[in-house]
Amino acid sequence: MEVKAHPLATADARVLGVTAVNRFLRSLPAGTEVNVTEVRGIHNLGVGLTNSIQINVNGNAGYYLAGLCDGPSFIVNGSVGWGVGENLMSGVVRVRGNASESAAASAHGGLVVIEGDASSRAAISLKGGTLAVAGSVGHMSAFMAQAGTLLVGGDAGDSLGDSLYEAIIYVGGKIRSLGADAQIEEMGEADVALVHQLCAATGFDHIDPNNVSKVASAKQLYNFDALKDQRY
Amino acid sequence: MQNSEPVNPALRESATFPNEMIAHIGNMARSGRYEIRGWGAKRQVPSFDDLSFITASLSRYPLEGYRERCETKTVLGTRYATKPLELEIPITIAGMSFGSLSANAKEALGRAATAVGTSTTTGDGGMTEEERRASALLVYQCLPSRYGFNPAHLRLADAIEVVVGQGAKPGGGGMLLGQKVSERVAQMRTLPAGVDQRSASRHPDWTGPDDLTIKIGELREATNWEKPIYVKFGATRTFNDVKLAIAAGADVIVVDGMQGGTGATQDVFIEHTGIPTLPAVRLAAEAIREAGMTGQVQLVVSGGIRTGADIAKALALGADAVSIGVGMLIALGCNSPFYESDGTRVDATADYRALGTEPGFCHECQTGACPVGVTTQTPRLTERLDPAVGALRVTNYLKALTMELTTLARACGKNSVHHLEPEDLVALTIEAAAMAKVPLAGTSWIPGQGF
Repeated sequence: MEVKAHPLATADARVLGVTAVNRFLRSLPAGTEVNVTEVRGIHNLGVGLTNSIQINVNGNAGYYLAGLCDGPSFIVNGSVGWGVGENLMSGVVRVRGNASESAAASAHGGLVVIEGDASSRAAISLKGGTLAVAGSVGHMSAFMAQAGTLLVGGDAGDSLGDSLYEAIIYVGGKIRSLGADAQIEEMGEADVALVHQLCAATGFDHIDPNNVSKVASAKQLYNFDALKDQRY
Repeated sequence: MQNSEPVNPALRESATFPNEMIAHIGNMARSGRYEIRGWGAKRQVPSFDDLSFITASLSRYPLEGYRERCETKTVLGTRYATKPLELEIPITIAGMSFGSLSANAKEALGRAATAVGTSTTTGDGGMTEEERRASALLVYQCLPSRYGFNPAHLRLADAIEVVVGQGAKPGGGGMLLGQKVSERVAQMRTLPAGVDQRSASRHPDWTGPDDLTIKIGELREATNWEKPIYVKFGATRTFNDVKLAIAAGADVIVVDGMQGGTGATQDVFIEHTGIPTLPAVRLAAEAIREAGMTGQVQLVVSGGIRTGADIAKALALGADAVSIGVGMLIALGCNSPFYESDGTRVDATADYRALGTEPGFCHECQTGACPVGVTTQTPRLTERLDPAVGALRVTNYLKALTMELTTLARACGKNSVHHLEPEDLVALTIEAAAMAKVPLAGTSWIPGQGF
């Protein structure tokens, strides 16, 4: 079978501006690989895309890179601002550098990989997606996370997993403190398999199921009962 | 319920601790928790009732009430959106979630809005297929919880409303108690069925007006700059909030006064936060004017709007449109002693009493046991609201509101409801004169502006 190769496209973000770059990205057929250059911290790059294309972001991106996407893959050769992959539905976002606050906020699906560190509120409000951070995450990470997985290779800041619902957190390093209703649990077979799979998918070779802690909801805040002295 | 007269006329009820307060303290002492309830502020606050129109006479010329045209068309989102929302009337249906409301109620509202050419709004819980199908014009909310938030639905929407807060609980997140979190609601919100769902009070991926600018940019980029973007908040520091939302790039500002309703919130929040809708509309209009955005940024006002008179007064004070929630629920049958089943009226009083309330007093939306099938997910109760019957009632209400509105506008000599202006109004109380900045009736005095 003949494999049809698309030519590598290039978009200069400084010349085009974000709206024109996004329109260009939206117009590309599935399977296209595109380099976005001269990124210079631009916000809202590649948001709301639904086509299965490969986007290489060369430089540091601003807020909401790959936000609201459902399909494309991103590789960022740089760092990203707030809300990388926010409300992601599917696709992969790999950041070679660091991520600022609220990485993968409310992501419903897909995989966001941060090879450096992520700041506060990583995986906040997570709804089924996966955030894998090779380094450390800041405070209030996975706050109110409802479903999905947060994998942290390094340390976690204060109040990890505060008000968690069904999302699961694995942490390789130290946990500064757990948030309300979050607790450390034993790793089960499903956890071991999932961490194996995530380490393989992300290329994280510094952690494995034997050296991570699992954090999940104690489910004591699922129903309001003031007489139980809850931290509501 | 009103207290009956005491047997002994010498008995004296305390103004500080009336029977209602004694019951409230008793409830707290028994339960150890605050009261959670639906609806908006129940206490008396200065309102549109405290204003009156000074209609045409010798010095002004009225339009012929039934013959001369009075325009009601309203366009929202003219600043940046390439596809502004074109409404036949300046009355929209406020954001109320599927979850808080039954699917039948949502469908009825959508069908009624479509019938009269206006918009309805999703709520905290995402967009249902029934709602999208029923509503020709649907505003999609982007809330702090992001429950069910889906970029595909964003593209299906006709406008986007970034919700910072609401009048019933400015600064607070939403609540949906476990009894209303049915399998379908749970699945839409990515939560286990039966949990008390607590919505966040802050958005997960932005904080403050500078971030909001970028967030609005993201929503525009993701929808090709087509859709109007509204920013909604509860009325508190309204003047500054409106100016900041304008600076952040909003097309439409939605201000919800303290009478604004909710499906479930702490009573202390509902009654003791925010400012009434009356001063909020005037402050918001001033902020838009001062920003030089009159005619470019539209203002939608909500919170306790009930009648065509309320709407006319809101428009006169500077609103482009109003949004109605509780009024729509009442049109659907909220607080009625009856519901309709196969064309016959069925008495629901016993179900009200089972909730410890009576028709006319009910605000038990949070229980999910709505006796008339509006704010419930229980099949036995949702059946009590036939979407076709509900749609007809809401359509009638919207038409009657429009007739009341145009009656007042024509009497003021306006051939468009949007020509109503503060000069058409006087205040009946000093408080309302101060808040609305219109003169006290029979004087030229506006408190705060000298004598």
